[in-house]
Amino acid sequence: MVADPVLLQAVAELFPNGISRYAVGGLLVGLGTVVIYVGTGIPAGASTFLESTLSYVSGQSRFQRYVGSRDWRLVFTAGIVLGALAFAATVQSGAVTTSLYEPGTTGRLYEVAGVTLWTTDVQPWRLFSGGILVGIGTRIGKGCTSGHGVCGVGSASKTSLVGVLTFLTVAIGTAQVVAALGVSP
Amino acid sequence: MADRHPLFKPLIFVGGLIFGFGLGFSHMARPEVVLNFLQFDDLGLPFVMFGAAIVSGVAFALLPRIRDAAPLTGTPYERRLKPFDRNVLVGGAVFGVGWGLSGICPGAAYASLGVGNITILWALAGMFLGAYAQGYWRSHSRARDTVPASGD
Repeated sequence: MVADPVLLQAVAELFPNGISRYAVGGLLVGLGTVVIYVGTGIPAGASTFLESTLSYVSGQSRFQRYVGSRDWRLVFTAGIVLGALAFAATVQSGAVTTSLYEPGTTGRLYEVAGVTLWTTDVQPWRLFSGGILVGIGTRIGKGCTSGHGVCGVGSASKTSLVGVLTFLTVAIGTAQVVAALGVSP
Repeated sequence: MADRHPLFKPLIFVGGLIFGFGLGFSHMARPEVVLNFLQFDDLGLPFVMFGAAIVSGVAFALLPRIRDAAPLTGTPYERRLKPFDRNVLVGGAVFGVGWGLSGICPGAAYASLGVGNITILWALAGMFLGAYAQGYWRSHSRARDTVPASGD
């Protein structure tokens, strides 16, 4: 089979950082979900942590339904943070190298105690106001990119498929408008 | 729940570690990379979300045929099915605006802190504020719905 070089060029432009880091990362995200599901039967999502953790400090009745799961959700989230730190200390720092990982050029790298860390250039007002909407939206909409996007879609749940299509479409529209208004990064 | 299996939390922790490592490796912990997808500059993101969904989907489909219940909890293996109502559309749209504006979602935001992104604390503060606002509102609208009007 002879590949069309023009077509290959077009495909390469859609994936300037290759696809292996995305595919491998996605497999690991799925594997983390599976490990928890195999042992516990829980299809874990990341956004319920917000409400369950608020139940420690707020007496609002809405949060009390998560009292039973708040401890393990704290453990899950601590695992996510430390797993990402383990990535930073190994692959991001160059201590472990693999051809499957494309470093990328976004944001800024800095070093603390021999570990290469990374921080974003996206402006704080975008992160803060976007975060507020994410906090409201995922909780009203019953899930986020992991709850609906990974566990829900993996369950072939119609509700989750509709949820994912909704937030994906709206997010693409929003990001296009924000970019067209000249906001960068 | 004090009577949980002693390995319950360690297993959740290990799952979280793998999950977070994957989010770091895939660069989903970088808001710029998510925004690059939403602006069609780099279409890598679907490989992460749907790749993960395929892996979890295989487990969700196979495990109920192999065993009835999970060993550490006794919870039956079930798919993640949530009832559909208008909230899924309204909440999804609000989340979509936030995601498109900031490039962050909950799991990726926690992982972002782990890769050293101190600036992400703005997003985490916003997410807790937003989750609190909706919880406050829903606590009170629920109270209005369920408590019958009385003269006190």
